[in-house]
Formats: sequence, structure tokens, C-alpha cells
Amino acid sequence: MTSKISTQSLDHDIPKGTSLWEDALVRLRKNRLSMIGLGFLLFVMIVCLLTPWIAPYGYEEQNLRLGAIPPSMEHWLGTDTFGRDMLTRIMYGGRVSLLVGFIATSVALLIGVTYGAIAGYAGGKTDAFMMRLVDILYALPFMIFIILLMVVFGRNLLLLFLAIGAVEWLVMARIVRGQIQSLRQQEYVEAAISLGLSPAAIIMKHLIPNALGPVIVYTTLTIPNVMLLEAFLSFLGLGIQPPESSWGLLISYGVETMEEYPWLLVFPGLALTTTLFALNFLGDGLRDALDPKASRD
Amino acid sequence: MWRFIGLRSLQAIPVILAVITVTFFLVRAAPGGPFSSEKAVSPQVQAALEAQYRLDQPPLQQYVSYLTDLVQGNMGPSFYYPGRSVDELILQGLPITAELGLYALLIAVIIGSFAGVIAALKPNTMQDYVPMSLAMVGICMPSFLLGPVLVLVFGIMLDWLPVSGWGDSYGDKILPSITLGAMYAAYIARLSRSGMLEVMSQDYLRTARAKGLPESVVILKHALRGGLLPVISYLGPAFAALLSGSFVVETIFQIPGLGRFYVQAAFNRDYTMILGTTVFLSTLIVVFNLLSDIAAAWVNPRLRYQFKK
Amino acid sequence: MSLLQVQDLSIYFHTRNGVVKAVDGISFDVEAGKTFAIIGESGSGKSVACYSMLGLVPMPPGKIESGKVMFQGRDLLTLSEKELRKVRGKGISIIFQDPMTTLNPFLKIGDQLMEPLRLHFGLSRKEAWQRSIDILEEVGIKNAAQRMNAWPFEFSGGMRQRVVIAMALVTEPEIIIADEPTTALDVTVQAQILKLLKELQERRNIGVIFISHDLSVVADIADEIGVMQYGKFVEQGDRNAIFNNPQDEYTRKLLAAVPGTQKFCASLSPAAMIKIEDLVVEFPGGKNQDTVIAVNSVSLDINRHEILGLVGESGSGKSTLGRAITRLVTPTSGKIYFNDEEISHYSLARMKPLRRHMQIIFQDPYASLNPRMTVYDTLAEPLLLHGICKRKDLETEVFALMDSVGLSRESVLRYPHEFSGGQRQRIAIGRAIATKPEFIVADEPVSALDVTIQAQILDLLLELVERFDLTMLFISHDLGVVRYLSDRIVVMKEGVLVETGTVSEVFETPSQDYTKALLDAIPGKSLLDGL
Repeated sequence: MTSKISTQSLDHDIPKGTSLWEDALVRLRKNRLSMIGLGFLLFVMIVCLLTPWIAPYGYEEQNLRLGAIPPSMEHWLGTDTFGRDMLTRIMYGGRVSLLVGFIATSVALLIGVTYGAIAGYAGGKTDAFMMRLVDILYALPFMIFIILLMVVFGRNLLLLFLAIGAVEWLVMARIVRGQIQSLRQQEYVEAAISLGLSPAAIIMKHLIPNALGPVIVYTTLTIPNVMLLEAFLSFLGLGIQPPESSWGLLISYGVETMEEYPWLLVFPGLALTTTLFALNFLGDGLRDALDPKASRD
Repeated sequence: MWRFIGLRSLQAIPVILAVITVTFFLVRAAPGGPFSSEKAVSPQVQAALEAQYRLDQPPLQQYVSYLTDLVQGNMGPSFYYPGRSVDELILQGLPITAELGLYALLIAVIIGSFAGVIAALKPNTMQDYVPMSLAMVGICMPSFLLGPVLVLVFGIMLDWLPVSGWGDSYGDKILPSITLGAMYAAYIARLSRSGMLEVMSQDYLRTARAKGLPESVVILKHALRGGLLPVISYLGPAFAALLSGSFVVETIFQIPGLGRFYVQAAFNRDYTMILGTTVFLSTLIVVFNLLSDIAAAWVNPRLRYQFKK
Repeated sequence: MSLLQVQDLSIYFHTRNGVVKAVDGISFDVEAGKTFAIIGESGSGKSVACYSMLGLVPMPPGKIESGKVMFQGRDLLTLSEKELRKVRGKGISIIFQDPMTTLNPFLKIGDQLMEPLRLHFGLSRKEAWQRSIDILEEVGIKNAAQRMNAWPFEFSGGMRQRVVIAMALVTEPEIIIADEPTTALDVTVQAQILKLLKELQERRNIGVIFISHDLSVVADIADEIGVMQYGKFVEQGDRNAIFNNPQDEYTRKLLAAVPGTQKFCASLSPAAMIKIEDLVVEFPGGKNQDTVIAVNSVSLDINRHEILGLVGESGSGKSTLGRAITRLVTPTSGKIYFNDEEISHYSLARMKPLRRHMQIIFQDPYASLNPRMTVYDTLAEPLLLHGICKRKDLETEVFALMDSVGLSRESVLRYPHEFSGGQRQRIAIGRAIATKPEFIVADEPVSALDVTIQAQILDLLLELVERFDLTMLFISHDLGVVRYLSDRIVVMKEGVLVETGTVSEVFETPSQDYTKALLDAIPGKSLLDGL
């Protein structure tokens, strides 16, 4: 929706307005915690992306003679009982944890936004039925079902994405539906109808750009939830399976030997917690920036 | 009000039925029979076992007889522990999990709403930042990490509290309850803070102040009711989350509760046990959601009024 | 000796963006049994001035820079919070604007009424109960004893405001601050509440500070008036002096903005552009609710080149009628003709070519513009959609539109949130006239605006009607505004048209009781009829 205006009609430059997005960006930039969170996340993402090239040791490189040693110059975060480098393992584990976080959130986003938008735009009986279904599903013990699925169909990474995504879409659908519904009653949407815009154009130009803010915010806050869920399952031994690894799995190994080798618990724990912190701070900051009314104190 | 309760209860029945059905057929669809992992047995023994667990019947008939048994409170024998019934195992684990859940819920609600209200009274001061930072730590520190860390610090390094068991030694209930309750205390703190902030900006609080009421009455009588409403609605989902949280906590602290049984059943492929616990826990969760809905409606006079008519 | 003396009161807000002089050196006295009215537009500092006396302005960011507020021999500004609490609700009570939000939804009416009695006088529950019932009866609530146990949401807006008034009066205060107490109410209810306030004030000899943005509301009840702008009284004095002989420019502007005079009637051409026959619009109710009949067999003609005023209170179905004509709402039954073409059940696609000929302007200029589109995008959208002009002429055309609605060309790339309410409404009007429509529905286009802005927008509308030969359905709850603008008036009540006629017919010889009640309720009638 950028408008090109030549300045020929005026003899000087036309001042550009500040869009709500630009406003939000300014507010976000002022939020120091969020910016630190964002910086940290970018760092973690780049490291995880480049892991195969920059990891100091091979993923499965064992050194049984070495055994578990505390952090040292050769092994910054120490080694595990097989003498494997913890930094390397945490970097590889992060790849899986982040991947699950992003993919499962995308699944949730895709289902939730589509479902919510349809319900919100259709309104009436269709909406009532669709949202009632969400209410019912919401009342179900999903954690139990995910465990059940993992037991029945085996521990499969793809299934894990789908199962977690399938849980998290419910809230997304509710948010989007609420947004679309309240936006639909806005007079500017009525004005668009009275101008004769087609439903598709109304959705694209008037509804989606205005509903985007809360979706972005909620997406940011869903990623840590999903990562927690994955870590939770992996910890129980029902999620990621060796030889794959994730932070949850590393924590679970760490717990077994924490009395003798506490660094095996502390470092993966720190990796998970700091990343969750960063995501939550960013999410809170985005909410303050994109929806100043909702979080006004 | 009774109409509301009646209506919501009626809605719960198909949900529970759906859960039973889906779980039943999911478990039946699992690849490999329950005994396939064990050594090869003679066909006669296999047949006898299958007859005992009704695996020789067609699926639909199995389903119907399972339902009939269920209504009579019989969830069948365990696959893994020969000679013990699922009912027996559930009844054994339930009181322990219920006690753990109750303590955790109390910790979550009391500490959480107190912290949230305190923070909302003076937003953007230290009184707000300190509890809310702690809440953030609570949210980012999952129970499977918090538990071991607590064990390491208070159990092993300081040797103040026992690190396993339930009711076996003095004080062994403290760490598991805190571990399980912490994250929900954090959620509730955030919920009650935003709920209170919302209410604090309402005109009717200005009215209360304009009457000359002291601030304590303004908060306790006029603000708290509306401000804590979101917490009440959250109790249902919180209960469900607590139950799944108990899987981890009971595993970490080796507590013989329902959660640990469930995880073990999942590992042992004890299908009747999985089925039984899933059905049982789901019903419990649905019932709790119902109760929390009713409580929320009870606190909200508008809803209460609507259904009185 | 006056009850309350305010001397040189100044309150500044120290914000990150600098100091805002919310109240800047005002002085006034309030006498027993008299009303001092503070008039000002939103943001003029009128509420801050009054709340600060009772310590109800958050400090910081607010700060009392100077002044004294003498009440019962003490300066309120120097009292401690504890002493102030004894004044609040006992010596000075406040009636707030919106009765829907000033009562606590979680407490019964009775509890809220008894609260100040028990607090300030230490009455027993029984005594407080009886006193509360008495006061409820006094403000005109029937079955007061039963209603004590009712929840706030069981009352209508007008009844709630009565409860709020009762709550303010129950402690028999000497002074009442009434902060826009009728702004959120319908006209007929407004008239009742104003009358009630006046009676109670006389009976109990209470001094009233009446805050309002609306000169006409104040005209009937004020004894003295202070006109406030940017935190200062630009003019202050006796009511008659202010109305008959205003000294300040701003006061004159406010007075001129009261739409008083009647429009010169154009000669009517009888050809009907819009013809409505037996129109019914129903909305399905929610769970356990009956179907709502918003418009109930309405038949109506709107003639070419006329401005038809449609008057009614909230819930009368007037907006729904406007939306049905522009087919934003599908009628349940009945027929709508637009230029002899029946459009009552046209699909979206079939309506499209007609859309450019009929447009609508909405009430809330904050909600009627897409916050993520610049003025340029908003105005260009209809031009492109209906192929009004070629792409290369788009810019010229947008500028021309901005000129016609009085927007500066410089602001073409700005977003709605960067404009004031009046300017936003100009953008919305620009969008409506972009397609050069024949017919426009204006749905309360000025009721969300400050009075001086109202007058400007009404004049803009009149000018555009002349220039583009428009036909207009002008919907409003405000008879004064409608009289200023319309050729003909229809009055709507509960979905039915109760009266139709030319402006002079309806105003001078109303045939229906309801119309008479509406006319009697017009605030500031004395102002219109000459003092």
C-alpha cells in the first residue's frame, strides 16, 4: 500500500506520515529488554544454522578415555561421560529445539489463522459451530494425547511437529477470529463494502493488515511454549530420540548425572532458559509496541 | 444457575465419550500387539492370553464391551502387571497425585495472585518489577529443570530436604509441590496483574475513591473481584496443565502417583493402563474445566443473573 | 459567603514531552443553591480542575502549581489524604459522565449506596438501608426497597444515572460536581435528569459545579458560567451576560456553533430518488433472545436534491434504516427502490455498479478510516475501483478531493491517527464524495465531534450538497442539528416512523406526543427561543 506521489503538484516536498508499523518499530526499539532478546535470538539462530561448519568437534566424536571433564580451554563447556564435547552437543541440540519451535509454530499459525479467519468472516451459525468445536477441543487434555500419539505411532519427529502444532492452533484460532470479528464491525470495513470492494479485497486490504499485530505477538509467544513442550516430552523420553538430540534430551541426561557432573545439567538448562527468556521478552515488547492499548499500564 | 450447570454438564458428556472412543481405537491401531515384544509363546498360550484380554473379538465388539465395563467402573486387567487391574492401579496412585496437585495449586494461586496484585498496585516501580521478573523466571524455567536444580541445591548441596518419595520422610513433600506449582504461580501472577491493572483503570474505582473510601477498601472490596476473574477462569486449564506437569515431577522425585504410572505405562506399552488412565484423567480434566466455568459464572453477577431467569 | 472559593488554581502535568498547563490560574465561587457551569471542549482542563480539589488527579504527573480551594474554612489543597477522604463523598460528591461504567458491576446497588453512609456517619446497616431507600425514591426509582438488591446492569442508562445521583446525594453533601452527567444519555432522558438535578438542588440548597462541553445543556440550568479554553477561563460571568453579550471570540464561536437557525427551504422537486415500501429489518437474537425488529414496516420517499433529516433516540432503528438503504444490511422484507430500480435483494456483485452512486458517512471518525492507509490510499481506493479517473490523473484528482473537503494537500501521505477528529471526518467525507454519488447517507456524522468542529463539518456538508447536487439522508439524535440542515424531517421510534413533515410542520405543529416530548427535551430551548 505504498503510494507514489510525485511532488510536481506542490512546489516543495510532501512530509511523509508515520504509519502504525513505523510507530510500533520506534516503540520496540526503545524497549531495551526486547532488543537484547532479539539480538540474543539472532545470535542463537545464526550459531545453530552454522553449527555443522563452526562446531569445535564432531557431533558423535567420543573420547572415552577423557570421560566427563569440567569446562576447560579445549572443551569450553566440558564433556559428557562419553567424552563428547558439550558445546557441540548443545549447538546440535539447539538446531532441533529451534526447528521444532519454528515448524510447529508455523503449523499452528497456518491452521489457526485460516480457521479463525474463516469463522470470523463467516459469522453467524458457521462461526458459532466452529468456535464451539474449538472450545470442546480446548477442554481436552492434549498433553496426554500427544504422549498417546507418540506411544502409538512411535517417536517420529514429523509427528511431533504436527501434534504440537495441532495443540497450539486453538488459541491462535480464537485470537484471529476475535480480531476479524471486531474488525468486521469497524466502520471502515462497512465503508469499504459501501464502496463496492469485493470480499477478497476487503480481507486483503482492510482486515489482514489490521489483524496482523496480535498474530505476530502471539506467534512470538507460541514459539517458547512449543519449545517447552518438546523439551518436556524429550525429557520424559517420549520426544526426540537419540541419535538426534535436543535441549530437553540433554537436560534429561544431565539430570541423571547431576550429582557428579553438574555442568551437564547446567549448560543445556541455561541454553534453553535464556532462549525462552529472549523469546518472551521479545514477545512482551512486541505486544507493547503493536498493541499499546492492550498493555497500557 | 442450575440450568447453566445442567447445560454445561450435558455438553461434557459427548466430549468424554469422544475421548474414550478416540483413545480406544488409537490404542488398538498401535502397531504390534502388547505381547509382541516378549519372547515367542506357543500359539495356545497366545490364544489364551488374547481371550483373556478380549483381543480375539472384532474391534467394534471390543469397544462395546469396554464401554459396558467402564460404566460399571471396570477398566480391565493391566497388560504389564499380570493379576492387577487398572482400577486398582489408578486408585493407588490417585490420592498421591491429588495431594501433590492440591499443594501445587495452592502455592500457585496464593503466591501467584498475591504477587500479581502487589505488582499491579504500583505499576512500573520496584514493587512491580521484582515479582514480575520472578514470574518471568518461573515461566522460562520449566519444571524438569527447576526440579533437578532444587534437588541439587536443597537436597544435595545443602542437604536440607529429602529428594525423593512421598510421605516416607519428613518434608519430602515440599520440593515436589514447589516444583510443580512454580510455573503456574508465575502464570497466575501475570494474569492477575493484568486483570487488576484493567480494573484499576475503570471508572467505578474512581467513583469508589470519590466516595471517600480508604484505598484498602477500594482495592479489597471494589477492585479484587473483577481483577481476579481471569484467574478463576484459568483454574480449569491450570488443573489440566498441573496433571501433565505431575508426569515430570513424579518421575523426578520418584513419587508413586498417577503421573508416573502413566509415563511408565507409555514405556511399557501397557495398553489397558494407557487407555484407562487417559480416560480417567480426561474425565477429570473435563470436569475441572466445567467447575472452573461454573465458578467464573458464579462470580460474574451478569452471567449468574442470565441463567437465573 | 460562598460555599466554595477557588482562587488562582493552576495544575500542570509534567510529562516526558514537556509541561502541559492543564489548568492555568482559574478562580470562581460556588454559592449555595446555585449552579456554576464550566464549559469547554475536550482537553480544555475542566475535569482536571474539579478533580484536583478532591485529590483525585494522579500526582505525579500532575502538580498543583498555585492556588487555594477554600471549603468549610479550610484549603482543600493543603489537606492530607486522610482528611480529604472525609470531604470526598461527604462534603463534596461527584456525579460522573457515563453511568454505564461508574457503578461497580460486581456489587449490588444497595451495597454501593450504603457504603458512604456507613463510612462517613457510622450508621448501622439497618439505618443505612432505610436512608438509601428514601433517597432512591426521591430520585424517582420505583420499588426502591426491591431495587436495592438489584445489580447495576439490571438498570437502563437513565435509571443508572439516577442511582449515581442518589449515591452522590445520600450523604447530603453541600456541593455536587456534575461532570457531563447527561452526555451519555438520550435527549428525552437527558431532559429528565437535568430537571431532577435542578429540583434536588433547589430543595436541598446544594451548590453545583456543572461541567459540560455543550452550551445548550447549560443554558437552562446555569446561574454563572465560566468558558474554559487551554486551562484558562476566557470568559466568566452571569449566564445572561454570556449568552446575550459574549465578549470573547471563543465564546462567540461556541454560541454560533449551537445550530439554532432554520435552513432556508429550497423549492422541492417532487421526484423520488429513494423509495421504500414496507421495509422490515430483523436481526436474529443470540441464545435465549428474541429476534430484534430494528426496522418495522417503514415506507418512505426521499426526493431528489433534498436533505431528509431522520431523528430518533438510540435503539430506534435509524442507523439500521440508513444501512439498509445502502444495502450494508439485507432487509428481511419490503422493497427499496433506487432511481426506480429495486435493489432490496441485490447480491454484492449486482450492487457494485450502483455503489458509486450512493455513499455513506459514519459517526465515529476514529473507526471509519483504516488506520493503516494514508489519506492518499483512502481517497484513491474508490477512484480506482470505479474507474473514476485514469491512473495518471489520480494524483490530481486526490488533491482536488482534498481541496473540496478542506484538507491541506501537505497531509496527503499522513495516516489517520495523525489527524484530529474533525479532520478525519473530512477525510471520510472526501472518500464518500470521491465517486461523485447522487445520494449520501450521513449517519450521525458530527455527534462524536466537539461543538465548534460540528458547526464546521455541518457547513462543509451543506456546501457539498449545493455544489454536487447531492441528495442526503441525514441521521441524528439531535433535533437542533437536524433543524439546521434539513428540508424535511422524519421521526423514528422503536423501528417505526411516527411523524413526517417539513421542518416547520414538525417543529411548530407536531402531531405526535413522542415528537412533542423530543422537542421539549431539546436542551437550551430558552436559548433558541430568545431569552
